[in-house]
Amino acid sequence: MASGKNFVLGIYDDEDVLLDAIKIRGAGVKIQEVYSPFPVHGIDDVLGYKRSRLPIAAFLFGLTGTCLALVMQIGMMTTDWPMIVGGKDFLPLPAFIPVTFELTVLLSAFGMVGTFLVASNLKPWGKPNLLDIRITDDKHVVAVDLDVNHVSETDIKKVLKESGAQEVNNKIRE
Amino acid sequence: MHATAAVREALVTNGKSVHDVTVDICSRVEEKPSKLWLISIAFSLGLLTVGAYAIYLLLWHGIGMWGLNKTVGWAWDITNFVWWVGIGHAGTLISAILLLFRQKWRMSINRAAEAMTIFAVICAAMFPIFHMGRPWLGFYWALPLPNTFGSLWVNFSSPLLWDVFAISTYFSVSLVFWYLGLIPDFATIRDRAANKVSKAVYGALSFGWDGAAKTWSRYESVALILAGLATPLVLSVHTIVSMDFATAVIPGWHTTIFPPYFVAGAIFSGFAMVLTLLIVTRKVYKLEDYITINHIELMNIIIIITGSIVGIAYITEFFIAWYSGVPAEQYAFINRATGPYWWAYACMMTCNVISPQLFWFKKIRTNIASTFVLSIVVNIGMWFERFVIIVTSLHRDYLPSSWAMFYPTFVDVGVYLFSLGFFLFAFLLFAKFFPVINLAEVKSIIKSSSEKVSD
Repeated sequence: MASGKNFVLGIYDDEDVLLDAIKIRGAGVKIQEVYSPFPVHGIDDVLGYKRSRLPIAAFLFGLTGTCLALVMQIGMMTTDWPMIVGGKDFLPLPAFIPVTFELTVLLSAFGMVGTFLVASNLKPWGKPNLLDIRITDDKHVVAVDLDVNHVSETDIKKVLKESGAQEVNNKIRE
Repeated sequence: MHATAAVREALVTNGKSVHDVTVDICSRVEEKPSKLWLISIAFSLGLLTVGAYAIYLLLWHGIGMWGLNKTVGWAWDITNFVWWVGIGHAGTLISAILLLFRQKWRMSINRAAEAMTIFAVICAAMFPIFHMGRPWLGFYWALPLPNTFGSLWVNFSSPLLWDVFAISTYFSVSLVFWYLGLIPDFATIRDRAANKVSKAVYGALSFGWDGAAKTWSRYESVALILAGLATPLVLSVHTIVSMDFATAVIPGWHTTIFPPYFVAGAIFSGFAMVLTLLIVTRKVYKLEDYITINHIELMNIIIIITGSIVGIAYITEFFIAWYSGVPAEQYAFINRATGPYWWAYACMMTCNVISPQLFWFKKIRTNIASTFVLSIVVNIGMWFERFVIIVTSLHRDYLPSSWAMFYPTFVDVGVYLFSLGFFLFAFLLFAKFFPVINLAEVKSIIKSSSEKVSD
């Protein structure tokens, strides 16, 4: 999450211009974050973001679901109160497949989405810190934090302008 | 980045810009409800009132108020249940399976289809719950809760219990999938909101979304994994529903073809219901540039494919009944087609097997009026399919002395009307207060798949 206060914002209209523009990182400009109204494919590579580890979380939650489902069913049907139903064994494993599958999917989906919400700091009482109101409409915003950059403000503005930004604004975040 | 072949038809027409997408969809949420909307809401409330009276009778006097008898123990209730679950299959299929196949035409229909799925599954769940007779004790019968009545635990060998897990998992995962897609769009409405109340409500609904690239990157991997999880899930749900029948020993139910046949039928009826609703929504909300004839045609093609699979399944069932050499099985099928319920069978065959074949004609599958009519025909046909499977297999019991017919009562009809009323009511609320089209996804294809209009 962005922590700084003084930002220079480059505002872009077109996602392909934006992808090219991010290369200003090569000119020594540190980009705090890029904000978009929709997912721009390939942006994580250009920004150098690592692949999300959420799939691993999904797998681990799913595995928990599988184990819980099997322990529950075997515990109830085989150990706690063994009963013969429909001529099946005390341990009718094939009959346990559907519930095991469903609980695997359930825990995996909820666990992963929960992890995503926590990791991305999304919550119903969360206050968005929007740098520009048009981000959720049609503009892509490249935010450059002045406090962490060694390049001068005028140079940053010049680089942003040259990269195709429609507007270059200053923004002080409360 | 997108690479789109030049021959591929535009998914968004009339040169819409990204900003136009926001305005076109959000203004539906922001404007005052129209007269037509209010009339429709009033109509749905009327259905709910009639239904509520039927439900009152049902809960007060018990399920004897239904037309069920000793021989026909499942009829309208379970028919409606399977019908609604089937309808609830299109949404997640569109958003999950078509996402995995990278079919971009899903983007302008997935939101409404998923909403429909969620409401249809709620409608479906109503029927087995009321069928319990004393639903307030249902928690103990359906869920593995510690209790002091009779046998200690629920029976995990029973398909009815698998259903409980399948339907509730399907419902909750679909809900999460749908909501995840809504978060960025709620943020768009929040940032346009003019008054305090909607700012606060959509602010809370949007979870503080700010559109950061890092969040989008995570969001996309979550959506992909959810699609991967929801794909086998959607196929498992109707498979398990079909096992309610297939694992029984009743002739006419005891067939191994049921799982794939039910899944195809579910997708078939789900798409039909999506078309019924979207054709109306498209017209009323003037969404012709987002839900194009191209979209409608593609959905009709899915209807031909699944309708033909269903047709082949009907014929295969008949053939296998003869080929098995089991007299009870043969009788069940002959009775189904020529017995006292021949008309239901004929209705099913006409609506499900013959009528969708009309979509082979390009003129018919690209025509709004014929698509609308045929989508309703398919919905009727699929209701009769479940009625035929359930009632005709039961009504001629093993002993001719137990043979019976099923006649629905007011309460049977009333509870069905209640589910229809609820479905309509929920969909209308959704269409008014939620963005009916996935803004973020449609915006992402504007550059590559929007029709260019020269000035």
